Formats: sequence, C-alpha cells, structure tokens
Amino acid sequence: MVQYDTIIIGAGMSGLAAGIRLAHYDQKVCVLERHTTIGGLNSFYRMNGRDYDVGLHAVTNFTPAGAKKGPLARLLRQLRFRWEDFELSEQCGSAIAFPSARLRFTNDIEVLKSEIAREFPNQRDNFERLLGQLADYDDLKQENFAGSARAFLAETITEPLLIEMLLCPLMWYGNAREDDMDYGQFCIMFRSIFLEGFARPFKGVRLILRALVRRFRSLGGELKLRSGVSRIKVDGDRAVGVVLDNGTELWAKRILSSAGIVETQRMCEDITEEVPARAGQLSFIESISVLDCQPNKLGFGETIVFYNDSDQFHWRKPIDSLCDLRTGVVCSPNNYLYPAEVGNLNDGIMRLTTIANFDRWMALDEQEYARQKCWWYDRSVASAVRFVPDFRAHTIDTDVFTPKTIRRFTWHDNGAVYGAPEKKLDGTTHLKNLFLCGTDQGFVGIIGSIVSGISMANMHCLRDP
Amino acid sequence: MTPAEIRDEIIDILSDIAPDEDLSGLEDSKSFRDQIELDSMDFLDIVMELRKRHRVQIPEEDYGQLASMDSTVTYLEPKMRDI
Repeated sequence: MVQYDTIIIGAGMSGLAAGIRLAHYDQKVCVLERHTTIGGLNSFYRMNGRDYDVGLHAVTNFTPAGAKKGPLARLLRQLRFRWEDFELSEQCGSAIAFPSARLRFTNDIEVLKSEIAREFPNQRDNFERLLGQLADYDDLKQENFAGSARAFLAETITEPLLIEMLLCPLMWYGNAREDDMDYGQFCIMFRSIFLEGFARPFKGVRLILRALVRRFRSLGGELKLRSGVSRIKVDGDRAVGVVLDNGTELWAKRILSSAGIVETQRMCEDITEEVPARAGQLSFIESISVLDCQPNKLGFGETIVFYNDSDQFHWRKPIDSLCDLRTGVVCSPNNYLYPAEVGNLNDGIMRLTTIANFDRWMALDEQEYARQKCWWYDRSVASAVRFVPDFRAHTIDTDVFTPKTIRRFTWHDNGAVYGAPEKKLDGTTHLKNLFLCGTDQGFVGIIGSIVSGISMANMHCLRDP
Repeated sequence: MTPAEIRDEIIDILSDIAPDEDLSGLEDSKSFRDQIELDSMDFLDIVMELRKRHRVQIPEEDYGQLASMDSTVTYLEPKMRDI
C-alpha cells in the first residue's frame, strides 16, 4: 500500500508550487494530473512546427530583480528560485481602448497617472487618493474581501467612464464574478496589473513550468500524468485517499486539490446529492494569428490592448450567442523588451480573447463546432481591428481554443477560467484534511496561482509532518 | 551546538531563505523585521528549516521568540545544546 504525506490533485502552477514546498521539507508527495501534460490552464503545445502557449498573455505581478516586496519576490524566496530563473522581460506598454478615450499604461504607474491627467484632468487628484487607499491592502490577510469594487471606486472617482476603463483590464485578467468585482479581488488585480505589471519569458510558459517540475522532481516529488482522480475516499470527517480513473487506490494523510471547489466536492464519496451549480460563468474563446512579419511592422507596438466598444463595460456571459464581441483583449508576445542577444520570436503572433458561452459551445456537434470556430475567429478579429491595426492580410496560420478546450485541459465546470465566484479564501473544506488551492483563493494569473499553492501548503500541510 | 554555532546556523538559514539580503551588518539585539524584509511565510521557513536540518520542534505559540537574533539564540540554546 502506497501511503503519501500529501496527495496533490492537479499539476498546474499551484499544485506544482505546493508540491515543491512539501517535498523541500521532506514530505512524501505525489501530484496527480488527469491530462497527458502539465500546466492545467497555463499549458503549452506544439502544432505545425510552432510552439504555442495555451493561454499566456503576460506574467502579471512583475517586479524587478532585487525587489523584496510583492508576490513575485515572495514566491521566489519560498521556492528558492533566483529572479533570473524565470527569465522575465518587461512589456513595451499596454492600453485600455474605449471609443471616446484611450489610456496607456506601463510597469511604471506614473505613465497611467499622466494618461489619466490627460484624458480626465478633473480626476487626477481623485486617482492619487485612490492609490493611497489601495496601498495598505494585504493580500495574504484578505480582510474585507467582500464588497463591491464599483461602489468603492465611485466613492473616489467621479467620472463613470474612468471607472469602466479601470475595471476593464482588472476584470479581464481575474474576475470570476459577472458585472461587479469583490473589493479584495479588485485590490489584488489592481496591484498585479497597474502597480506591478506585465512581463514574459522569451520561451513562454513552458520555461516556468519546466523549472517547477524539475525542482519538484529533484526534491523527490512524484508526478503522475494520465492519473485523474475519480473519487476521494472518506472515513468520517477525514479524507483517507483517492481512487484514480483506472481504479488504482492511493492513500494519504492529507489531500490538496486544485480542481476547484465544486469539482473537488463532487469527488468526495460522502457527498451524495448533486452539489449546486456554483461554478463560474465566465469562459472565453481565444484565437492565435500567426503573421508573416513582426506586429510592429504593421504599426502594432503595444503589448496588450483591452478594448470595449461603448462607454459601458459589459462583463458577463453572453446568453443568446456563442460569444460577446463588444469587448476583448489583444496581446502580442512579440512586444516585450527581450534581451538583444535572444532577438524576437520568429513569427509575429497576435492573440485575441473574447467572452464566450460554455453551454452553447459544448452543445455543438463536431462539424458545427469546427465551423463555428472559423466563423467566430473571423468575427472576433473583425471586432478587434477596430482598436488595433488590421493584421488580417498578413495571417499565415491560426488556432482557436474555446470553452470546450479549457474544459479538456482543466476539467473545470463551465470551462471557468477564474474559478468560482464564491472564493474559499482559507482553502478549508467540509473534511478536516482536504484543502483547496488554485484559482479559488482569489489569487489568479501565474504568480497568483503559485502563491496560492505555496500559502495553502504552508497553512495546512506543513505544520504537522 | 554553542550559542555562536547556533548563530552561524541561523545566518545560514536566513541566507538560504533571503539570498538577496546582506546579513553582514545584522544587529543581534534588533528585531529581524526591522533590518531585513521578512514576512510571516519567511518566519515559518526559519522554523521549518530548523526542523528539517536538526529535528528541532518549535510549537506555534513560541514563534514570537524568534523576533531577533539574541532572542532566537537564547530560545534555541537548550534545544540545540546536545546536537
């Protein structure tokens, strides 16, 4: 009988980071992954001779080498990595584009300040006051997490359009709730995007994942791919082990799951009635257009553009159609300040994300699914080129992922990208030794997911060996 | 271990946890937090490294004893004397 100290469900960023912490402190740890590869939502693949990231636009929470505060510095210390190990290059500059205003921002908050002073002169002091209010939020304590971000912003910012514009990138990169955002989630996202910023490794997400896996294995951790958990075995108020899809049983003193709150509860054999559908509603399609030249040759020099085609930002699942084309995110992985010696990516790449309806995408038969992918690729790109230079004539290859793809990679209900709207911040469950990590802690993005894995491992799995 | 050896070991642990910190000017009577950037996660690591390296168990209610180098060495001396 194999008995582990801790079994971790899911080999994404959070599960691997938790695994490193536990293995470093001599636990016998096993990470179980249903998919054939690591990464979960943030995975990577190769197609037609080209390397792709599944979802990466940017590593948020960027802080420079030597910074001692912030999530990136914290995770590097906790996992014993050097800053150089993640090979992060900073963004060239991004923008929030609405029809009547455009705000540029970089990893230096002064740029956003001056842009706000330019577009909204009477909001300059209000924005300064907002920054003062946000400086003290501690994302580890997460006090006052609940509460409306819109109401909070309206206390300080008196120009409704500016509120919409500030919320647009923050919701796009990490809001599981429709329409409004929890105050705590807002604070986390504001810091990660506006106060810290965007960066990317030249080689993409595989560089970070490989660093995590290599470290985990070197510490004696076990990683089992193609090993989905079909059931969590329960004895009284404790989890005792798992049953894999192939029937294998594994035993553990405790289990840490990155599968999501609802998805994890469903695995527990003591919960017999169907768990109410509390999964997130927000899922996306994302297209990748490969160009025959660098995007800046076509006049696109920005790293990321968040666009919205009216003064009101709509953040909700489309009901009547497969996608909502009113808002989107365009990102070019070419537009980072890579070191001169590595040059730039061979191909020009434009990534475009659009909100989608999971149920409608899942209901399509195979032929219709393929047809709709092409149709919505065309329409979403046509929508985006209202805000960025038209790159369509230079496209030499494309790929599209849909909510169905996300489901296949992550097994998350609804293909939800940012987890359930009701966050379980402390990671506890109805069982004394079953805990959650990953997107359901409110931390999102690569750095957030890694910090989530670390903090849940520290809080629940390290103290009693 | 003698108090001086315990001090060296704590310095080694700190340089492992926070490799970017210059620890040469550390004042033993002042709190770690006032001199180097350590958060609650880092303090947990001091405890965990002591357990990993020397099997020294530090109960959670005693974490406050690790505030400065002086208080840490005083607290650990009886626990590490025979190592």
